[in-house]
Amino acid sequence: MSSDLYAVTVIGHDRPGIIAATTAGLAELGLNIEDSTMTLLRGHFAMMLLCRGDADAAAIERVLAPLAADGDLDVAVRPVADVATVAPGGSAWVLTVHGGDRSGIVSALIAEVAAAGGNVTDLTTRLAGDLYLLVAELDLPAGTDVAAVEDAIRASAERVGVTATLRPAEADEL
Amino acid sequence: MSGERVAAWTEAELGVAGKVREVVRAPEGVLSARGADVDPTDPEIVLLAADLVATMRVSPGCVGLAANQVGVGVRVFCVDVAAHPKTRTHHGTFVLCNAEVVESSRNERAREGCMSVPDLTGDVKRAARLTVRGQLPGTGETVAFATDAFEARALQHEIDHTDGLLFLDRVAGAHAIYPRQTYL
Repeated sequence: MSSDLYAVTVIGHDRPGIIAATTAGLAELGLNIEDSTMTLLRGHFAMMLLCRGDADAAAIERVLAPLAADGDLDVAVRPVADVATVAPGGSAWVLTVHGGDRSGIVSALIAEVAAAGGNVTDLTTRLAGDLYLLVAELDLPAGTDVAAVEDAIRASAERVGVTATLRPAEADEL
Repeated sequence: MSGERVAAWTEAELGVAGKVREVVRAPEGVLSARGADVDPTDPEIVLLAADLVATMRVSPGCVGLAANQVGVGVRVFCVDVAAHPKTRTHHGTFVLCNAEVVESSRNERAREGCMSVPDLTGDVKRAARLTVRGQLPGTGETVAFATDAFEARALQHEIDHTDGLLFLDRVAGAHAIYPRQTYL
């Protein structure tokens, strides 16, 4: 199999059949889906996938063009380089932030993670009524003073009027 | 045995009729602050205990309610998981003041919801074997008892409320939060 790797993004108004149509197109070209994620954001479909195979970007765009034909969906295809997965070597944490909705919550809190050299590996935010919720999974480098990071996060949360909790991400080793 | 005492307890012991109170929702600040310790014999706390039970009774699917959920920042909650299908051991209806976890083991992950977070549910890992200690409202007796399964989960959820924590603060990760599909 060719080592060509492509990132395909599909974003737009949700309706049944988007994944079926996208994957049918990719299968037609013999592409293998290696990683993917899909979610609904307030009724908007959002999917990203990495696929590999012996096809060029123009051919993938062509086969997926019918998806975007009625103007409700945007489809993008771009070649991406293989990158080595970074071995974390540090520790994994879950950050929960919640409080009254206002702009700047994610920016203020995640800035503290970045300042500590932390890397966000997964992030979800939800707005439910007046409640704004952020849950982030993050890696902190080995040797990080976690108590200091916690203090910085708590202080930042107080400044924007929300509550923040940082806990180790638990894994069950079987 | 304390467990038998708790199982035998009913709100009739409080000697006052409870009134239904309004349940507050996140992001109300009272839900994110640790409650104050209380004197369980204080008549106001006895009244609050009766109100918590009355509010729990009229709320469909409600198996526990903490004082901060009715806007009062004190460490009091009620629990009744008797009718829940996931229940194994249970102690009927009871109210605890100043409760704390004494011992916990056997973590299990399960989906939780909360009347104060009506639009979301989340996967939370909690101990399935639990010993708690607290005080009964009215008499102020200290009780300590062991429980398991769903009652253990409900107790930890309520004790968290009295500590100013929501289940959101304990969700397993970014993909462990879900929009609630059905409202009780």
